Amino acid sequence: MKIPLSVNGRTSEIEGHPMERLLDVLREGLGLTGTKEGCGEGECGACTVLIDGEPTLSCLVPLFQCEGRRIETVEGIAAGPARDFLERFVATGGVQCGACTPGIVVTAWALLQRNPAPSREEAREALAGNLCRCTGYEGILRAICRETDQ
Amino acid sequence: MNGIGDSPPRPDGFAKVSGAARYVDDVTLPGMWHGATVRSPYPHARVRSVRFDPAAAPEGTVCVTAADLPGPNGVQLLDDGWPILADGHVLHVAEPVALVAAPTRLAARQALAAVQVEYEPLTPVLTLEEAASLPPLYELRLESGDVDAALAGAEHVIEGTWSTGHQEHIYIECQGMIATFEDGALTVLGSMQCPYYVHRALVHAFGLPEDKVRVRASVVGGGFGGKEDFPSAIAIHAALLARACGRPVKMVYDRHEDIVGTSKRHPAVIRHRTGVSADGRLLALDAEILMDGGAYKTLSPVVLSRALLHAFGPYRWPSVRLQGKVLRTHTAPNSAFRGFGAPQVQFAVERQMDLVGRALGLDPFEIRARNVVEPGDRLPTGQVLDETTSARLCLEEAERRTGFRARWRELEASREREGTKRGIGLSLYFHGAGFTGNGERKMKSPVTARLREDGRIEVLTAMTDMGQGCAAVFPQIARAAGGLGEDDVIFAEPDTGDVPDSGPTVASRTTMIVGSLIARTVAELRDQIAGEGLSVSEGWIVGPAGRVEPFRDAARRHFETAGPVEITHRHEPPEWQTFDESTYQGAAYPTYAWGADVVEVEVDPDTLAARPIAATAVCEVGRAIHPTLCKGQIEGGTLQALGWALLEEVKLQDGRYLNDRLATYIIPTVKDSPQIDVHLLERAWEGGPFGAKGVGALPMDGGAPAVAQAVENATGIPVAEIPATPEKLLRALS
Repeated sequence: MKIPLSVNGRTSEIEGHPMERLLDVLREGLGLTGTKEGCGEGECGACTVLIDGEPTLSCLVPLFQCEGRRIETVEGIAAGPARDFLERFVATGGVQCGACTPGIVVTAWALLQRNPAPSREEAREALAGNLCRCTGYEGILRAICRETDQ
Repeated sequence: MNGIGDSPPRPDGFAKVSGAARYVDDVTLPGMWHGATVRSPYPHARVRSVRFDPAAAPEGTVCVTAADLPGPNGVQLLDDGWPILADGHVLHVAEPVALVAAPTRLAARQALAAVQVEYEPLTPVLTLEEAASLPPLYELRLESGDVDAALAGAEHVIEGTWSTGHQEHIYIECQGMIATFEDGALTVLGSMQCPYYVHRALVHAFGLPEDKVRVRASVVGGGFGGKEDFPSAIAIHAALLARACGRPVKMVYDRHEDIVGTSKRHPAVIRHRTGVSADGRLLALDAEILMDGGAYKTLSPVVLSRALLHAFGPYRWPSVRLQGKVLRTHTAPNSAFRGFGAPQVQFAVERQMDLVGRALGLDPFEIRARNVVEPGDRLPTGQVLDETTSARLCLEEAERRTGFRARWRELEASREREGTKRGIGLSLYFHGAGFTGNGERKMKSPVTARLREDGRIEVLTAMTDMGQGCAAVFPQIARAAGGLGEDDVIFAEPDTGDVPDSGPTVASRTTMIVGSLIARTVAELRDQIAGEGLSVSEGWIVGPAGRVEPFRDAARRHFETAGPVEITHRHEPPEWQTFDESTYQGAAYPTYAWGADVVEVEVDPDTLAARPIAATAVCEVGRAIHPTLCKGQIEGGTLQALGWALLEEVKLQDGRYLNDRLATYIIPTVKDSPQIDVHLLERAWEGGPFGAKGVGALPMDGGAPAVAQAVENATGIPVAEIPATPEKLLRALS
């Protein structure tokens, strides 16, 4: 079955099973390996992408639900105006091993689009579905809330 | 300015935040197949037969069992007693029995059903109580002074039993390897902490010459010790399948498989008997340490060794008797996890200090302040503590920053008036940096600096960056040691085909031990290039009259005459650092890092769920090369410790995991996490590069005892066991 899919501003026809996970379509079909699999069951948030601007777990979304929707992955966000945010994310210690990072970057970027100056509480609420095992979340919150390090 | 103490952006940072970094599962090789593992459903069973039915599997599927191994059936680690594939018996649930490979991930999973294994279940040993009557996997003793006499003469003898549970690593990237066999040579790419461990294990398992095995680390998505030993087994598995099907084979575990199939932190039960004088001075420590090693020894002897060497905490003890055993149960092998045995024993000794304090009417600060070690004191191993011994500094700074004592007293009093709500706890801890005992002396790890044709210096080490940040810290050290500019030095990828065996990326040794060697090799190569009477600063050759020329120009010329000069240095511990493994006397570690944590919790009076709301960690780790990354280690380690103490519980029933997924094994989310304030007390230690000590494991030691004390302060319920879940607190209450 062919399904037209809009990813990072480009539409392509994807040949796939309608129940295929969006995560696999992105990683294996389109080679967009920035989106990570951490648990495969919607608990860790590593596979988060934006669908029509909303953070969504791509391991839980079947391909057929994506027709006509706008999908953005970490690669798309990084190629756009997010550069300052991403550099801040590195500078504040938001990234260590990096495996949770794409999902957190995507989630945080969506938050910053709605709310450019979130409080720590607002950032915590937005990130509640993203697990990080390295940072204690401190560096991530500093980046999102524009707190300087030290 | 030499850049030490700056926090430049980590070189791998932008690739990670933009999704460009390539982890092992992001790599696809032409013609690559996928592997999967047939695992035991029983904790203990005889394997009667293993039969593969090709007709029931996707076309082309290959299957490997113990009968197909080309060499010894053992993963070479401390020894090779850990089977590659079960042969005759399985000793834990999820033990690998056979392997299959097929063209796709899905086909490989489907192929599992084509392997029929006939088991005869046997009675498993599942608890430490049952295991105690059987021969241990390993045991150790440490004794100094006359404990019996000291206990007999003590004003108070206080007994406590402290228990800690399993902890699952939950690195966000699961274990994974890709193996390729081509022209009799084996290449492995994967997620690992120790490329040369994997290399040795492959050479042993396949009987190949060392130069026919090449191991490369991909970007590593978290380790925490969990990628110290299991990558060796998984690399052998992938290589067996690659050999069988004649194609590259990828084995990437899914989360469920990673949880049930790989190692965890050793559960422990620690019994303390403490002799104390009337004025609260410690006189004797008599302790028994029992650790659950799981089914195979793996790294347990070294974990127990570190446990013994931290069981006395940062305190003065005139007499100590420690008896440690690792017991065998029919559960997955427990092995390396950040802290490596030290968090369990420091939970126990810290809880014991609280108990002693309570018995004598001394608050947690006071009982510690009366007994804390100082520079020049002797540990029970006889090691004289160096001038950077900072336990008291950390303790006092933590008190100064948090007002712990007043708050603790206020909450003790208000609990009696108003009931459960808030509590505060304090812990004091230390961590020996580098390998235990004579480990570094035996390893003599080399680091090489090599001059390249383009005039840059290339540094070769086997260390992997699993997130901790050596990719940032090493270049800082190299540039500062050599006076080099931003682009004058590069680092080789950890690939056993190129780099020397500078040891495993474990034990908080990377910055301290390998970093020192980087500084030495780079400085020596720089001297050779600069020549007599000239120095190098910020990438320039400098003479008496100032800047002469860019270092790179001189280095290129040097290459033209001298060629690709290489300098290699091996780590040699100082002569005074000797350790007697038969008596456990001597300098077990070259130095120690120190810390004090204060954690405040809120406890729900109805459910008894405890939530940390603020944490302060005051740590002395020598000089911080890169403060942002150094603090990042402490922030992340502190939260990992709080998770272990409050939330993370591996539930086993009849040897099977009840919570084998992230929906049921709970690690802290951002909403479970307090704000963590980290304060570094920097004191340069002369043995480390620019004064740095190791930091990675240290923060795992302090969070659990502090939060346990805080829960006790809030509720009055004694916390002898972690995780202090509501269920356990309720049980302790009744």
